[in-house]
Amino acid sequence: MTQVLESYQTEDGRTIGDVVLDLKNITLRFGGVEAIKNISFNIRQGEIRAIIGPNGAGKSSMLNVISGFYTPQEGEVWFNGKPRAPLRPYQVARQGIARTFQNIALFEGMSVLDNVMTGRLNHMKSGMLSQAIWKGKAEREEIENRERVEHVIDFLEIQSIRKTPVGRLPYGLKKRVELARALAAEPNLLLLDEPMAGMNVEEKEDMSRFILDVNDEFGTTIALIEHDMGVVMDLSDRVVVMDYGRKIGDGTPDEVRSNQDVIDAYLGVSND
Amino acid sequence: MSADFLYGVEVVINGLMSGVMYALVALGFVLIFKASGIFNFAQGVMALFSALTLVGIMEGQVPFAHLINAIFGTHIHNFGWEVPALLAIFLTVLVMVAFAWAVQKFLFRHLVGQEPIILFMATIGLAYFLEGIGDLMWGSEIRTLALGLPQGGARFIEDATAGLGGDDFYGFFIDKLDIVASIVAIILVASLVIFSQYTKHGRAMRAVADDHQAALSVGISLNFVWVLVWSLAGIVALVAGVMWGAKSGVQFSLSLIALKALPVLMLGGFTSIPGAIVGGLIIGVGEKLFEYLIGPMVGGATENWFAYVLALLFLVFRPQGLFGEKIIERV
Ligand SMILES: Nc1ncnc2c1ncn2[C@@H]1O[C@H](COP(=O)(O)OP(=O)(O)OP(=O)(O)O)[C@@H](O)[C@H]1O
Ligand SMILES: [Mg+2]
Repeated sequence: MTQVLESYQTEDGRTIGDVVLDLKNITLRFGGVEAIKNISFNIRQGEIRAIIGPNGAGKSSMLNVISGFYTPQEGEVWFNGKPRAPLRPYQVARQGIARTFQNIALFEGMSVLDNVMTGRLNHMKSGMLSQAIWKGKAEREEIENRERVEHVIDFLEIQSIRKTPVGRLPYGLKKRVELARALAAEPNLLLLDEPMAGMNVEEKEDMSRFILDVNDEFGTTIALIEHDMGVVMDLSDRVVVMDYGRKIGDGTPDEVRSNQDVIDAYLGVSND
Repeated sequence: MSADFLYGVEVVINGLMSGVMYALVALGFVLIFKASGIFNFAQGVMALFSALTLVGIMEGQVPFAHLINAIFGTHIHNFGWEVPALLAIFLTVLVMVAFAWAVQKFLFRHLVGQEPIILFMATIGLAYFLEGIGDLMWGSEIRTLALGLPQGGARFIEDATAGLGGDDFYGFFIDKLDIVASIVAIILVASLVIFSQYTKHGRAMRAVADDHQAALSVGISLNFVWVLVWSLAGIVALVAGVMWGAKSGVQFSLSLIALKALPVLMLGGFTSIPGAIVGGLIIGVGEKLFEYLIGPMVGGATENWFAYVLALLFLVFRPQGLFGEKIIERV
């Protein structure tokens, strides 16, 4: 199978490259419930791709399919131009796909620093024995890992809480720590499930800025789920709209906004 | 110093040493429980099984000899060699790692996401299965473990302390085997702590203990970590089995040391490594002191129940254990 590999230019002058992730005819069922119904869309290198839709539309399920937490009954996931065999979540993570969760999954008992450090586990090559034997190599690796972690911590402006146990942090900061942990892994593709849910306006602005900066500075491809339409329109290059497990719209924010199906879905179903 | 006081001190020292052993057994439970939420009823049988395996390998016994002989009509029992202790220990560790792998692959892998009570029941089944396999592999006779560990009272301590308390005091009597066991246990615990704090897999282990979903998202294989903790628990069981077995022979009663760990866990909490250590020491010292001070008044034999009563009292006043955080249900 061949893919259409064309790149395009954004309004703010960033170049969006080839398709990195291609979802083909994905169907996902839970017993009798069809959470995703024959959906196809792709994500291109360097873009910020939003997935929107009313509650229960299947957005999180879609992200879970991409990150290996759910295995679709039908359809294929193509990654970097190759079809991907069904993978376990940890295997997906090792391929350079990092994620955050709608309801935050942090290591509550660990400090912020330790949490972010776990994002580096994939980059620690030294096993138990070699760590004991080749002390020098392990140390160099440790230094590299710490540098990346400190950079991410600076970047997301969480220096002041680096030693704080995560369990004690307020919601908004937890979301930020979760993003930090994902970034520490140096992902090619970053999946964010409602990174701004439950935040106040100021926190949302900060988070939006971080997401744009991550995309800009690290060149990270980002797929995000978000309910706040203002945020979505500001951040994203292209938007997929889901409703009741179906795809009802796909395009630039402007295209999607003027799509009649999308308008109907949003008028017909209440969302927060 | 009065002799009575000094004998009290001796009781405390000996209590500390048996406490170290209790802590060790409890540690095996904590490792698995933290990482997987499984309360491993088979921990005691693992100690028995690993000690049996060690003896069997050292003596060059043919595993499953009875079975083989019954099927093929042969009369083999021994390979006719003896394996040096260190090599035998290494081989036993390999056996315990293989056991950990098999447990994960054939049992718990299929039970992911089940209720804790189901997992617990599975470990009860596992305990009896392992006991049977132990019999089948190595026979059910009482075995002596000839590791050449020092035994008997440590003369040098007795001599050095004899002068402390006048004519009625003959010096501290401390079993050499207890000293060795304590040192080995301390080294083991220290290595475990270093491993979990500073190595990649140790970090992965802590991550899994904290949150499975988050651990998966940073690329940790739960299966790998579970095999790892069962292996570590197997090694801990081996050490406990060897020390206990060296004292009183390798026999079925060895698997009952798990019962000694229960009050320790109630005291220290099921998820806390420091809790297991401190809990073990408190119970070790507590039961020996109680027997020394109160025992004569109530007819002795208090060591059988004291630990449990202490643990129950603790449960009532601090259900989360020594170091556990109080859990307040979110509503
Ligand atoms: N693990 C699961 N088991 C059973 N049903 C599930 C599971 N996960 C999701 N579903 C169902 O799939 C449908 C889509 O859920 P999903 O969480 O993907 O929606 P969503 O678009 O993320 O909604 P929200 O905006 O509320 O987060 C819902 O009907 C949900 O109940
Ligand atoms: Mg969702």
